[in-house]
Amino acid sequence: MYKYSDFDAAFVAERNAQFRGQVERRLSGALTEDEFRPLRLMNGLYLQLHAYMLRVAIPYGTLSSAQMRQLAYIAERWDKGYGHFTTRQNIQYNWPKLTDVPDILDALAEVQLHAIQTSGNTIRNVTADHFAGAAADEVEDPRPTAELIRQWSTDHPEFQFLPRKFKIGITGAPNDRAVIKSHDIGLRLVRGGSGRVGYEVIVGGGLGRTPMIGQVIRPFLRKEDLLPYLEAIVSVYNLMGRRDNKYKARIKITVFENGMEAFRDAVEERFKATRAEFSGVDQEILREIEAQFAAPAFRNAPEEGYEAVRAADPVFRAWTDTNLAAHRAPGYAIVTVSLKAHGETPGDATAAQMRTLADLADRYGHGELRISHEQNVILPHVHKSDLPALHAVLKDAGLATANVGLISDIIACPGMDYCALATARSIPVAQEIATHFKAIGLEEEIGALKIKISGCINACGHHHVGHIGILGLDRAGVENYQITLGGDATENARIGERAGPGFAYDQVVPAIERLLRAYLALRLGRTETFADAYQRLGAEPFKAALYPAEAARDAA
Amino acid sequence: MARSYTPKIVTANALIEGDVVYLTADDRWSRRHEEAELIEDEAHAQLRLLHAQAQKNLIVGAYLADAKAGPNGPEPVHFREAFRTRGPSNYAHGKQEAGHV
Repeated sequence: MYKYSDFDAAFVAERNAQFRGQVERRLSGALTEDEFRPLRLMNGLYLQLHAYMLRVAIPYGTLSSAQMRQLAYIAERWDKGYGHFTTRQNIQYNWPKLTDVPDILDALAEVQLHAIQTSGNTIRNVTADHFAGAAADEVEDPRPTAELIRQWSTDHPEFQFLPRKFKIGITGAPNDRAVIKSHDIGLRLVRGGSGRVGYEVIVGGGLGRTPMIGQVIRPFLRKEDLLPYLEAIVSVYNLMGRRDNKYKARIKITVFENGMEAFRDAVEERFKATRAEFSGVDQEILREIEAQFAAPAFRNAPEEGYEAVRAADPVFRAWTDTNLAAHRAPGYAIVTVSLKAHGETPGDATAAQMRTLADLADRYGHGELRISHEQNVILPHVHKSDLPALHAVLKDAGLATANVGLISDIIACPGMDYCALATARSIPVAQEIATHFKAIGLEEEIGALKIKISGCINACGHHHVGHIGILGLDRAGVENYQITLGGDATENARIGERAGPGFAYDQVVPAIERLLRAYLALRLGRTETFADAYQRLGAEPFKAALYPAEAARDAA
Repeated sequence: MARSYTPKIVTANALIEGDVVYLTADDRWSRRHEEAELIEDEAHAQLRLLHAQAQKNLIVGAYLADAKAGPNGPEPVHFREAFRTRGPSNYAHGKQEAGHV
């Protein structure tokens, strides 16, 4: 894992000292709120509905056990004993006091974490495949590139006042687990014809009010050209992007309005200049970073006991069926620890759970953890012979829910329970769907399904790319939920289609049940997932299930 | 005929805790909605909002929210304001928490 250089440590310490002074000046009245607001946002501090919220970056989703323990300590010392993992690989504390935030930032710096550029019209925390460095299907670990981009983008003088926020996602695998096509820039490590590894560069994706799937701007970019090319894209956007209308200010609109061809031409023209400015120092830095991401010393040991326990213990077997993924090292597995226990808040972990996970990472996982955009925690390197013991500890901590990829593994934004921008709640909708389908015993029968819920049009809950998306709105002073169908968050990214009029809060779960009972009746067999059945059959039979009265009227 | 004015309260967040606060008729910031001053006159509402916005060292983001008279004092009209009187629905945190300031 990456370790701060002296420069990094001094930079973060200086920023923290500056912010401590800014808070003091706000309290003394020397700074007004209008003056202070952009300063606190630059350091990840929002004012939400009931309290402040501090958003801390988890760079490319990677945490050490020591960092996880410090997150637990902060949750207990300055918050209410828990943290919320988000869809952009951040952790949010929902209850910090303004006067405590400078101390929290110093505590984060002790373990090389920060909240810089987790808000504002800057390049945000670079997100990555949560299986990076472990996945069997990976061409190359994307995290050294992500760290290089963090160093380049942090406090980049040209990019502190972009037209709007700017998000970069990266994967090193052909199976996209990082939703790169919904980012302002998506990067995929690919092997070129010569056998050399470079990047496929995708631009102009985004969710929110105007969802768009990113398009390829460069099918293959040489590694050494990455930063000058990114600099060309962002600087063209910085000039061409619209500043007259907040809703048209993201790069997806810039690309859409100018057309990909004109945008690409402008980028290539600018690239000629930026490439000349890079001396190659960035590639030396990249090599130093890469050395720090060397794989742990995997042990070559028999998987003793693993299959026997699987055969003997159905609870363990069910968990291994859903929560494990293929690791590139023989005998190893990637473990996804679900933060979606039925009825709990998606993405929340108590301080005690964080410590348990840190301890498990030390004992069985080479001290490493990952946070997924799907709001779960990953132990990326666990030997299969350790899985029964690991599972037993998870069970005791309430962390052994065997539901990864199932209906209750829901992405949900904080919604109107916390967020000042929200138009409706999302957390209780997620809780009710999870508990309802468990209660009626259909969760396993339904199988693979991604439900994603956002509490406003900004789409932090990725509803557009859910197989079933739920969007909470305020319709004439009442919560109302629109359902979209057929979205896809993978390398085959697709925006879901709105099914029809919205549903009242208490009608959402019954509507989802009608929809899924229709799926069960229509599918060709257990191997045909909801997403596959929707692609085969189209929207009509599912709309008929959602709106039975209209369907009956049309049939009459 | 002019539309009748929906009564208002002045609300904001406390500067240090961020907790939801309400301006009372006797110029205090209360943590309880029912202690807010229910303002039935539009011009008076604007004056009270200006008065609130001037208190920069106590509160952040003052605004006028719709309210109605209730047996124990003003009650919220919109669900967003109702949530602000309580706290989140997934934990008993915020104002609904025992021992809340």
